[in-house]
Amino acid sequence: MQTDRMSGSLSGGFADPARDAARAFRAVLEAMARPGTIHAMAGALPPGPCSPAAGAVLLTLADRTTPVHLAPSHDRPELRDWIAFHTGAPIVAAEGATFALGDWPGLQPLDRFAVGLPDYPDRSATLIVEMPALEPAGARLTGPGIRDAAWLSLPEVAAFAANRALFPLGFDTILTAGDRLAALPRTTRVEAA
Amino acid sequence: MTDDYNFAYLDEETKRMIRRAILKGVAIPGYQVPFASREMPMPYGWGTGGVQVTAACLTPEDRLKVIDQGADDTTNAVSIRKFFHRTAGVDTTEATAEATIIQTRHRIPETPLAEGQILVFQVPIPEPLRFLEPRETETRKMHELEEYGLMHVKLYEDIARHGRIATAYAYPVLVEDRYVMDPSPIPKFDNPKLDDNPAILLFGAGREQRIYALPPYTKVVSLDFEDHPFEPSKADHDCDLCGASDTYLDEVITDDRGGRMFVCSDTDHCRTRRAAGHAGRLGAVA
Repeated sequence: MQTDRMSGSLSGGFADPARDAARAFRAVLEAMARPGTIHAMAGALPPGPCSPAAGAVLLTLADRTTPVHLAPSHDRPELRDWIAFHTGAPIVAAEGATFALGDWPGLQPLDRFAVGLPDYPDRSATLIVEMPALEPAGARLTGPGIRDAAWLSLPEVAAFAANRALFPLGFDTILTAGDRLAALPRTTRVEAA
Repeated sequence: MTDDYNFAYLDEETKRMIRRAILKGVAIPGYQVPFASREMPMPYGWGTGGVQVTAACLTPEDRLKVIDQGADDTTNAVSIRKFFHRTAGVDTTEATAEATIIQTRHRIPETPLAEGQILVFQVPIPEPLRFLEPRETETRKMHELEEYGLMHVKLYEDIARHGRIATAYAYPVLVEDRYVMDPSPIPKFDNPKLDDNPAILLFGAGREQRIYALPPYTKVVSLDFEDHPFEPSKADHDCDLCGASDTYLDEVITDDRGGRMFVCSDTDHCRTRRAAGHAGRLGAVA
């Protein structure tokens, strides 16, 4: 049993780490720079319930210097082992997290996450929110990165509107579903469509 | 391509650190994100910040263009292009429209950028307030409090002394009504291109260890006064090679008797125009 669990955590990383991570980063960068756009994010096979897209985000961005918080939905021994083996990132409580991974209910309450400091607004958490699906429909998005308006299926509107009101503080969000990914930086204005 | 280096030269831990800084920069447009800049195999001032940002963004499928003051054929541009051709195996190009990543020293190409392109600026001094206030602790506080009065005083003193705002390059901009940002030493002629640009604009300062960014379609306003509005300026001539009247020009001294010519600073744009049959005062059709 223990052996199975360990050997499972050793697989599922990038086959060609430098190039796969480069492609994955470009997908995240395009997503964060163009809120509402949905991108393919393949190459990682993390243990469930972590999606391949969320796994690729962790492989691309997380390491020993970035504490990761796992919401109850994702706090499984298999996933802890996988993150430990492939990234070395410490698993921590929400308050100290650079990245937080989970479904939307599991990540609540959001005020536990770092929103940065007035003189260092970059010292804020990035939430990786696992979604059942991502559609270019639903909430209306405007702001930097968006020419006129974009639409994206969000778990709710009020939380992101409240986060926008904190600008330049606030958390940033990456939304994942299967091997798809979108992002919502703190600058995006979100309205119910 | 050589296998002696990791893909795109930098080790993966360094690239992750830079990538995290770039993402925070994109999320807070105009804010300078500190990053642990590495020593690169070139001196400070030759684009160590830009090179690190480019290395963190490159994928094997990219086509890279590098310009130095608009030119593809200067030592700095050729060296950086060869560096990434060798360490990342990427294709390179001189054509703006064909490039997916463009690293630039102090110009924005004349050909409009498009979605899907990334422009990486080399930045010497990222802090627009640095020459007004040398202490980092103070300028950081000024950004925190949006206390930008000193910058307006500086521009006002320009007017009091010269009758106009004399700043011709590295002209400060206000990003999304929040952060005052140094656009790097691009001529103020290029400032309007920063606003509402479809491409992702990334800024890397190696020696000063800062990364900042402008996402596409971001509001970027050059600082000015109602009675002294911002004016992008250029030499009052047409290009002597391609005849363009709307491009930024370099003045070239051609002899020791006062002879001079004005040519497009953007060599790719000028060559493309000449190939299309345009000719200026001294230019034969290519």
